[in-house]
Amino acid sequence: MTMDLYNRRIVEAAKRARERGRLADADVSVTRDNPLCGDRITLDLRFEGERIAALGLRVRGCLLTEAAATLLAERGVGATPRELWRAQEDLRRLLAGEAGEPVWPELAMFRPVAGVKSRHECVLLPFEAAAEALARGRAERA
Amino acid sequence: MALDVAAMRRNFPVFAHQPPPFHYLDNAATGQICAAAAEALRTFETAGRANVKRGVYRLADRATQAFAEARERMAAYLGATRPEEVILTSGTTFGLNLAAHVLEARVGPDDAILVSRLEHHSNIVPWQMLAERRGARIRALGVTEEGRLDLRDLEAAIDRRTRIVAVTHCSNVTGAVTDLAPLVARARAVGALVVVDGAQRVPHGPLEVASLGCDIYALSAHKMFGATGAGALWIRHDLLETLPPFLGGGEMISRVTIEESRYAPPPHRFEAGTPPIGPVLAMGAAADWLAGLDWQAILAHEKRLTARLIAGLEALPGLRLIGPRDLDDRYGVVAFEVAGVHAHDVCQLLDGFGVCTRGGHHCAQPLMDAFGTVATVRASLAPYNDADDIDALLEGLEQVIRILR
Repeated sequence: MTMDLYNRRIVEAAKRARERGRLADADVSVTRDNPLCGDRITLDLRFEGERIAALGLRVRGCLLTEAAATLLAERGVGATPRELWRAQEDLRRLLAGEAGEPVWPELAMFRPVAGVKSRHECVLLPFEAAAEALARGRAERA
Repeated sequence: MALDVAAMRRNFPVFAHQPPPFHYLDNAATGQICAAAAEALRTFETAGRANVKRGVYRLADRATQAFAEARERMAAYLGATRPEEVILTSGTTFGLNLAAHVLEARVGPDDAILVSRLEHHSNIVPWQMLAERRGARIRALGVTEEGRLDLRDLEAAIDRRTRIVAVTHCSNVTGAVTDLAPLVARARAVGALVVVDGAQRVPHGPLEVASLGCDIYALSAHKMFGATGAGALWIRHDLLETLPPFLGGGEMISRVTIEESRYAPPPHRFEAGTPPIGPVLAMGAAADWLAGLDWQAILAHEKRLTARLIAGLEALPGLRLIGPRDLDDRYGVVAFEVAGVHAHDVCQLLDGFGVCTRGGHHCAQPLMDAFGTVATVRASLAPYNDADDIDALLEGLEQVIRILR
């Protein structure tokens, strides 16, 4: 179980999070903390119309948070808010142990986390930050 | 005489239930329940359950009697001058919040409350809330590089505007034991009250709370091998008599009319509603059992294990200890960072080796800030730990470093 959690794809994705940086010209920036451990993600989004045109991030977190942030950054650019919310919802379902192919197939690498309740928030943190950023972006455009 | 750890483990039911490898090193978060406490809890809840302080039938009377005896057992374990000084609570957090409310009238605008960077959030947040209610200021003692409370310049830190000094007796991160004497002396000199968070001290043997010089002392039962959901708050009797109630409700009054209420004398004034009876009886049983142990042998044993742990950690590459290296004036709570690896990932992988440790900020974020970190791994010892537990942790860490770094 433990080693499943640290599968090669997660470890590699986590490493890529460390290579990313903030956006200089973001439309929205959001910082979210995980109150359980003090981990923090800062997420920057720039929009073109509805779509996410660019995404920057800085993560101070565990491997799972870093890997989820990488996945978000790699799949989120070009996505619509609807697609991103769908991905977040699929991730929640996957962590709840439900079967089914997620909208972003790479999310499946987090399936072993389903059995470790205390780590769900680690994976969700970047997606919660993104949801908050999208909501703020929408409010500011309205 | 050396501690017989195998015999000690027979007093803790968990070891009969958890298959090996099981290396429980998260005792600062919660200790395992001892057999005496488990039996007291089970017996009350299944064979002797009735509410306390009111019923006159035999079952209720026995529960009331047992509840009073639990208070006496806690008073004896703490070294209180009388059982009435012991308020039975649901735990340290509740006790410290109770203290912050009943002391409210003693704090005015521009007064100061002194906490420290070594505190658990439970001994910071209630005081911040009190300061906000009263327009007072929060000040904080710093920590040394060794993770001990910085007691230099107490004259400046505790001045005539200081009304309350709230400090830990033992850090839940660094294991450092606070030298209370100079703090108490300085607080006395300016008329400030001293509130002590004893949650991490009480699992390490009986104490003489009346001799510490503090005014209030809070603790949790689950850290001293009792059940969850109970605790105690000791308040020096002459102070206790002067304090207003905290929560209102049943059990804490002497007379109620629609217009007004008169309150019961301490400690009942501070115990509104049905208390956590079973957990309190378990706490009393744990205190009684602990009081009968050979603490000289236990503390020597824990010291040897702490030395083995610190030496082993220092031999690993990229380990940074957050806390004292010396073995005096500290208990077996040891926090550390593994360079390049997040504390949660370390703990998750250690679990794969049957090693239970805690990773995170340990509800001590100001301390994490002081050390420029977010999260650490913490191993914390109890009398049932042995050298195998330490070695399993150290061997597990070697593997973790190999896998993740």
